[in-house]
Amino acid sequence: MSEATSGVIHDIGYRRYVGVRLGRGHLWRSMYVHSLRTAFGFGRGVKAKIFPWACTGVVIAVAVVITAINSRQEGAGTYPEFVDSMGILAMLFLAAAAPELVSRDLRSRVLSLYFARPVRRPDYVLAKFAALISAVFLMLAGPQLIIFTGAAFAVDSVSEFRRDLTDVLGGWVYTGIFAVVTGALALLVASLTGRRAFAAAGIVGVFLVTVPVAAVLNELGHDDALDKLSGLATPSWLVMGIGDWLLGHQGVVEDIGGFGAVYGAAGALLVAACLTILLARYRRVER
Amino acid sequence: MTLITTTALTKRYPAGVTALDELTVEVEPGIVALVGANGAGKSTFIKILLGLLPATSGAASVLGLDPATEGPQVRARVGYMPEHDCLPPEQTAAELVTHLGRLSGLPRVAARERGSEALRHVGMYEERYRQIGGYSTGMKQRVKLAQALVHDPDLLLLDEPTNGLDPAGREAMLELIHRIGTEFGISIVVCSHLLGEVERICTGLIAIDGGRLLRSGSMAALTVDRDVLLVEVDEGTDELAAALAARGLRVSRDGRMLLIASEGETADEDGTADLIVATVADLELPLHRLDRQRRRLAELFTTGATDAERAPANV
Repeated sequence: MSEATSGVIHDIGYRRYVGVRLGRGHLWRSMYVHSLRTAFGFGRGVKAKIFPWACTGVVIAVAVVITAINSRQEGAGTYPEFVDSMGILAMLFLAAAAPELVSRDLRSRVLSLYFARPVRRPDYVLAKFAALISAVFLMLAGPQLIIFTGAAFAVDSVSEFRRDLTDVLGGWVYTGIFAVVTGALALLVASLTGRRAFAAAGIVGVFLVTVPVAAVLNELGHDDALDKLSGLATPSWLVMGIGDWLLGHQGVVEDIGGFGAVYGAAGALLVAACLTILLARYRRVER
Repeated sequence: MTLITTTALTKRYPAGVTALDELTVEVEPGIVALVGANGAGKSTFIKILLGLLPATSGAASVLGLDPATEGPQVRARVGYMPEHDCLPPEQTAAELVTHLGRLSGLPRVAARERGSEALRHVGMYEERYRQIGGYSTGMKQRVKLAQALVHDPDLLLLDEPTNGLDPAGREAMLELIHRIGTEFGISIVVCSHLLGEVERICTGLIAIDGGRLLRSGSMAALTVDRDVLLVEVDEGTDELAAALAARGLRVSRDGRMLLIASEGETADEDGTADLIVATVADLELPLHRLDRQRRRLAELFTTGATDAERAPANV
């Protein structure tokens, strides 16, 4: 084997690279694109594609059904309601994608190869975050486009089309908020362990276990602050609260009263905290 | 041009461990072995050179850049092969090396081309579309080398590249490193705890122990006086020693044996041997044994050892 190998090297010869060497933006984009592809299993084996596409497939199927129903009768629900009802699938998608993006890198220690290059550590974290957000956004916003397209063929007037367009844009804004909040949390949980199974369980735990907590708080309160703020206890309700505040979307907590800004601030704080911890964590990893 | 310069480089970990202690070295272009026992500070040294770890005190310069402040610039021009496993099993070698090429600043197409080429240079061209998880240790080591090479670095830092390889694999890896250093024209610092292994392919050597510099220099300078002739006579050992010393040879005694260093102007080994035989004949002593003894380079680094203390080793 060694003889054949050295023969090959000898015959071909080495060429120096004289071309351009690109900077930080290129490195960031490379990591972002690579991670986004990874989230959907592209560039990996068939096994890596099964789960993300199963989740995405169900969301698309539901969107197609909704589109069909919409063509017969009016008002099968708003776009934010669609996102809420797909929340469990989005969570499963996150539980698969986030560990795929960060836990694997920790486990295989490939980060030592990344960070031995001009890659800056915060750029790595932000590229992974952006890729995860984009992936969740795509798997939820894409199907909304199907619903919108279906509705757009059925419009009677320009004003109705405008209303539909405003609706879907609102839905995308809501999807974006959902993706940012849940993505930050999932990425943080996944970055704590190199074992994908633990990371996935942790993510599902954070999203699911907190729901009963919020529900209990919601039951305990009677139209008071406790009731109105109970949505802060679990990520998906928090997102609904922000949706209520910004878009008038009604979530599980029926009336958040004047606490909309509190939900907004809590969401921003949660994302900021997750990113701060992530950045701090990655300052120390693999050095 | 000097590749790497360090002055009084010191690294203390918070736990109180001193990994590097006032290390001052200059590394010239070529293949330089960085030798030391496990825990001698080799990996710490490399990480400081890459700008991954800050030094506690002292200064370092790599390719004329300061890794502490110009880390990304240093890392753009240096290829690093870690000691530990670092390959994601679920990716193919081609995908990984191409991606890492992009992360070193190569544009898409160039990264793909050079990725394939780097894998071809290490003999992994045929297998490059297979998942790394299915590779043998030897193949993984080659992929690790390929990723260090993909962006055409000016300097390669290889941390224990023969780790975990069988004898044939070691031989092939060393051969590969030798070719990269000579035919590819890339300077290499290769870490090893096995001096005997790397000494054949290196032009320079740095030996460290406990974070301290034991010795450094070019291979030629370090191996000038490495050969010893060993003489044993049945009687008259003292007489012979005196006679040989009188003829200008450096003689030391080890039990019944005499060790004669062939050095300086008498470095010509056969000449020295002839001289010894002539001396023995003149004194009419019964010659029992005359052996050439190659001192292991490692012995040069055993501090405080005199010629007589060195354990004889047969060639």
